[in-house]
Amino acid sequence: MDQFLQQLLNGLFQGSIYALIALGYTMVYGVLRFINFAHGDVFMLGAFTALGLHKLMGPTLASLPWPVSLLIVLLVSMTLCAALGIIIERLAYRPLRDRPRLNVLITAIGVSLFIEYSAQLLFGATQRPFPDLIPRTAIANAGGLTISVAQVIVLVTTLALLAGLRIVVMKTKMGLAMRALSLNPTASTLMGVNNSVVISFTFGLGSALAAAGGILYASLYPSIEPFMGIQPGLKAFVAAVLGGIGNIPGAALGGLIIGVTETLVKGYGQELGIPSGYSEGVAFVLLILILVFKPSGILGRVEREKV
Amino acid sequence: MKRYTTQIVLLVVVLLSLGISVLSGKFDAYYMDIALNVGINIILAVSLNLVNGHTGQFSLGHAAFMAVGAYGASIFTLEMSARLMPMLGGPGVFATGFAFLLALLVGGLCAAVCGWLVGMPSLRLRGDYLAIVTLGFNEIVRVILQNTSGDGVFGGPLGLKGIPPLTTFFWVFAIAAICVYVVGSMVSSTYGRGFPAVRDDEIAAGSMGINTVRYKVTAFVVGSFFAGLSGGLYAHLRTTISPEGFNFLKSFDVVVIVILGGMGSTAGVIIAAIVLTVLNEFLRDFEQYRMLVFSILLIVMMIVRPQGLLPSFPILNRKKSA
Repeated sequence: MDQFLQQLLNGLFQGSIYALIALGYTMVYGVLRFINFAHGDVFMLGAFTALGLHKLMGPTLASLPWPVSLLIVLLVSMTLCAALGIIIERLAYRPLRDRPRLNVLITAIGVSLFIEYSAQLLFGATQRPFPDLIPRTAIANAGGLTISVAQVIVLVTTLALLAGLRIVVMKTKMGLAMRALSLNPTASTLMGVNNSVVISFTFGLGSALAAAGGILYASLYPSIEPFMGIQPGLKAFVAAVLGGIGNIPGAALGGLIIGVTETLVKGYGQELGIPSGYSEGVAFVLLILILVFKPSGILGRVEREKV
Repeated sequence: MKRYTTQIVLLVVVLLSLGISVLSGKFDAYYMDIALNVGINIILAVSLNLVNGHTGQFSLGHAAFMAVGAYGASIFTLEMSARLMPMLGGPGVFATGFAFLLALLVGGLCAAVCGWLVGMPSLRLRGDYLAIVTLGFNEIVRVILQNTSGDGVFGGPLGLKGIPPLTTFFWVFAIAAICVYVVGSMVSSTYGRGFPAVRDDEIAAGSMGINTVRYKVTAFVVGSFFAGLSGGLYAHLRTTISPEGFNFLKSFDVVVIVILGGMGSTAGVIIAAIVLTVLNEFLRDFEQYRMLVFSILLIVMMIVRPQGLLPSFPILNRKKSA
């Protein structure tokens, strides 16, 4: 039983990171109706900016208490990645806004490959150790469960960011504009919404969350490389579809489901005759199942294409 | 006479490749190897073009079908051909060739069945979902192959070794010619007008009485079949295959060929396959910049020239007259 709870907790931590990335997919899909393939790579860049920042001002950061330095690193790389997300949108996606969606999808794949391979040129293809921004000490609590400080911080940060996002989307004017745009772009323009600004904002917000996800992920698995974003990115996309793409709480829920399922397969698959290596494929099997049985996702609305 | 032009061209190409194959000892082995790679990439690109270009269903999992075909054909050769030999009258040119053909067909059929299994549920979905599902399928195939036992028939993470090198110039280019012929006639037939119809406007096509799902699945299954054949050829050319060799970057390679060649243009895609394969070979020293250049090309192309680098040749996209 203890072991089960432990696995469940591990899945929860893993899933909360997927949830952070999934939010970016879902928001961009909500406003632009396309899959931003490059999202997983912004996640990777988040981790690398944190590493660079740590190299650049290591002594200063070390002199501060770790929560402060973590906060600084998080904020700086989130800002940088937000700027990058906005630049990507302006250069690659904006010229294609009225083109067929297939073209945009191909561009997104191109952007994704571009970021991966330029990162490989810049940082090298080898794995790099990620600094311990969060102490790696374990808190062993009553039930015999082990939880590290890093895991707790990951969960707390994720929840805080989710709450923040919820407030932005539901309570601010920009959030209102985002929702209007997602409902009907033409009507929102007529109501005085500047669609371009809202789209840029959405990209920035999504990329910032991806950067945070990257840093948290690298804190749990402290080894980073230019292609580290592909797998989590794909899984987070599956999470977004699972929860109902375009739906923000759905993305969070989907992320948690994927994280927990994956960890459980890793932990218990052996007993059922499934090699633990199959856990990598679990997300995609879930994706095919959800698309067959409920393509709109768990919380999504059924959308009929109008002629 | 004019009615059979394409069939005659097909026959000539097949005979020509047989001739070159017989004389292959006279050519430089390095250039022959590049030529075979070109042929395999032509098969991959033309078959993917049927799905992505003509039918407009964006698949990112072509390498998975190639993997299925490669494993199917290799396992058939490794496990069965020794047993088949006596039945075919002992090892000889004919028996070896026949057994190889059988192996290729087994690989192709396995891939086609997989294509059907994946296509049936996912082709009911809109374009970008299909891209992700096929990408996911690619990963599933890789993960499954990687987690097979190392001493089983699938060979685990290290893959299969010691596959007899049966692939010759003849097999590659005969199959490439057949692939081009089949895809070309499918698309230019009366029946085949449905493929671009589905691509251009699925709802309109559906309301004109076209069974869109059936067209999509047909394209997908035929595309997978040829991808499987090319996988079998690849396996019997390289003599070793591993799951890692069929990851989604391999799928992206094929997608890049199709996009640069022009989606829906068979001639363009063939030329792109030739040019890119040869370039890859000669630019090996700049390997690290290769994908960087490709990715920039993809982005710029989509903004500036989404129909492909080549102008469309009206002669090559010949319409049926009368």
